[in-house]
Amino acid sequence: MLELSKYKSETRPDWCPGCGDFGVLNALVQAVANLEIDPKDLLVVSGIGCSSNLPGFIHAYGFHSLHGRAIPIATGARLANPELTVVVTGGDGDGYGIGLGHFIHAMRRNLDITYIVMNNQIYGLTTGQASPTSQKSFVTKSSPMGTIEEPVNPIALALVSGATYVARGFSGDPKHLAELIEKGIKHKGFALVDVFSPCVTWNKVNTYDYFRQRVYKLNDTGYDTSDLGMALEKSREWEPKIPIGIFYETTKPTYEELDPVLRTGTPPVKASLSQSDVDGLFNEFI
Amino acid sequence: MFARTCSRSGFHCYGLNSYQSAIRGGHVWFQVRGSEQKVKSHGDNVDILIALNSESADIHAPFVSPGGVIIYDKDRVKFSGNLLSQKARALPMPLGQISRKFDKNPIMQNTVALGAALYLLGLDFKVFETVIGDTFGKKKESVITANIQAATSGYEYAKSNFSQLEVTAKPPSNPRPKMLMTGNQAICLGAVMAGCKFYAAYPMTPASGLLHWMAAHATRCGVVVKQAEDELAVINMGIGAAHAGVRAMVGTSGGGFSLMVEALGLAGMTETPIVIVESQRAGPSTGLPTKTEQGDLNMMLGASQGDFPRIVLSPLTVEDAYYATIEAFNLAERFQCPVILASDLLLSEHIETVDSLSKDVLIDRGEWANSTQQQPFLRYKVTETGISPRAIPGNAGTIFVAASDEHDESGVVISDVLAGIPKYVAERKKQMDKRMRKLEVARTQMPPPKVYGPQEADITIVCWGSTFGVVSEVVDTFGKTDGIRVNAIAFRNIWPFNAEKAEPLLKSAKKVLDVECNYSAQLARLIRAETGFEIRDRLLKYDGEPIYPYEVIGKIREVISRNA
Repeated sequence: MLELSKYKSETRPDWCPGCGDFGVLNALVQAVANLEIDPKDLLVVSGIGCSSNLPGFIHAYGFHSLHGRAIPIATGARLANPELTVVVTGGDGDGYGIGLGHFIHAMRRNLDITYIVMNNQIYGLTTGQASPTSQKSFVTKSSPMGTIEEPVNPIALALVSGATYVARGFSGDPKHLAELIEKGIKHKGFALVDVFSPCVTWNKVNTYDYFRQRVYKLNDTGYDTSDLGMALEKSREWEPKIPIGIFYETTKPTYEELDPVLRTGTPPVKASLSQSDVDGLFNEFI
Repeated sequence: MFARTCSRSGFHCYGLNSYQSAIRGGHVWFQVRGSEQKVKSHGDNVDILIALNSESADIHAPFVSPGGVIIYDKDRVKFSGNLLSQKARALPMPLGQISRKFDKNPIMQNTVALGAALYLLGLDFKVFETVIGDTFGKKKESVITANIQAATSGYEYAKSNFSQLEVTAKPPSNPRPKMLMTGNQAICLGAVMAGCKFYAAYPMTPASGLLHWMAAHATRCGVVVKQAEDELAVINMGIGAAHAGVRAMVGTSGGGFSLMVEALGLAGMTETPIVIVESQRAGPSTGLPTKTEQGDLNMMLGASQGDFPRIVLSPLTVEDAYYATIEAFNLAERFQCPVILASDLLLSEHIETVDSLSKDVLIDRGEWANSTQQQPFLRYKVTETGISPRAIPGNAGTIFVAASDEHDESGVVISDVLAGIPKYVAERKKQMDKRMRKLEVARTQMPPPKVYGPQEADITIVCWGSTFGVVSEVVDTFGKTDGIRVNAIAFRNIWPFNAEKAEPLLKSAKKVLDVECNYSAQLARLIRAETGFEIRDRLLKYDGEPIYPYEVIGKIREVISRNA
């Protein structure tokens, strides 16, 4: 294990005191330290939102990109240099709202990245509007009569979209969360770690207490993580109890292993810029 | 196949495919012009018209030159000879009947007609045979044989029944085969020669040819090619790849570019080098997907919120598309900003011979930080040129975060809790000034617009991008045959606009005519904004078809006679 201080950023998080995202940051640091990933080989990519400020709070390469576009940025970086460990962090608005399309496509590609979503079921940075995962009838500034849409179910969506590692954690249990993230990074292929990360300022319903009363660990119930049918069933559980842990895990070739250029082995970033058969290339046009 | 026969025989040629947004059907035509000299446009008239249906005969017969011919199948094509000019000949041929000798399906009737055309022009049949072989090389040997037989029969039929054209193709003095390619292919070749390692796109006419070539050459040229879910993903993947350190390019048309707009600013803000090919088609909205226009210049110059440096190049010819692409990669990395390569359907999709393309490619990857940097690493260090040495993930000692939010020299975001604090108010201004300084430095490095034709002219044509093809041909025509002296100023390095170099050229011109393929004279407006020089005479075309030489010639005569 590397020292945690290796990943300490000069910048202090600007999250509200008590924000669930602190637990996620600590868990991520713990996970990469356990895996001994050198900060220079770690790229943390995010979009926009409170949680998307995370790359600034960890000492590693980072890309704090546009709202909803973290996954394509990470995809490009990974395809250019598959030697990097690429972790994407963001919120529910970023990943399950404006960036939902990219989320689904990255999963069906089984790209080898780890996606950590700090799901607080609210838009925090824009001061409290309904999010794609807000529970039905949730009253917010943008839904004073209560939301009338069904929430996105990220776990179910990931399971049917081809993700090969699907987990859910709770930032109130950072030790368990660190394990999930560590396994997700180690996993070859797309890993989703959806995290209940309470917003202490704008979401007064889905609080730490709310989750503490409901969450239970799948691992404690003799659950089989290779059973996709069971995983789908579990993804629908909410009341009275909510499962956390690994829902599903399987092995499939990654996009990087299948791409005709990447599978030759040399990362594009290290490949020579010159063409080996210039004459042959030009003669194609004769 | 006809064009390839010309180029392999050492002729120059220019071919244009006109088609519709339909899988099959519609009025489709392909025109090829060949010459011993460089062919710069699709031209006005045809010497040989091969009409495979009545509609084609009716539409194109009036454009057959005196001395020219129309070849058609009289069993299939209803054609009234009245449409032809007096000295043109109608040559009915049993195209279908001959074709069916070699295949039940009359699909080879065009091959039969091509065989006849070869005879009429006196082209070398042996060269055509090699072209057939290569065209159908992946199919069965019997397909090649059948096509050669069909062409031979067409050739023989024409020989027995018709006399050759007056404009027969004499073997060129230099019979060295020439390269023949589309603008899209020239861009791709330039990109791989410049070391492009990542190409992403979403299918869209007329940029899809880029994706097809890149995908077909991915393993051979070591380019990771990604067809993404939409253009938002396309450009962000490109930016991600460039951030990781490779030369990255994306391609699209106006509609896709519209989706890329926000990320264009991201590349500007994070100072990530990226090359964006914007192959314009007739807008607005879905517009005319298979028709040409130069209507996106305003968008390319103004897309995305706020001010940030960007560079816009509009290649003038197929050959120039190769060099402009290489230049685009160098400029992107030198100035760490997005570079837009403005193509259009005409440039992207027409085929043209190129004399020779240099294989010696200069690669300039810009300024890089070494690993023994002071800590924290100042990725966005304020410098005199505005250019801050770059670094990429994987490198020790240069860790930083690229942020779309405003940031300080080290990349730390100053938009949230630090915003408004005097120190960071000043920091914001410093970063804005630093980024925009790059544009000022780039401006001084932009070459002057290309002056084509005689130094002294009675009228000067202003144009940009692919329109240079037809304009340069018209300049040549006047140079040979007419008392009016015509030259052209072609804008290729469009942005940053180098007014210092452009203004004297414009002000010293006797009369100026703006020729563009758009409604609102977008280049002329840019010139006015940057120089105060107003071009009142304009030939603007926005019906989807490219500008024809006769249209430019007519407009020149009109302007000259009006002002005489």
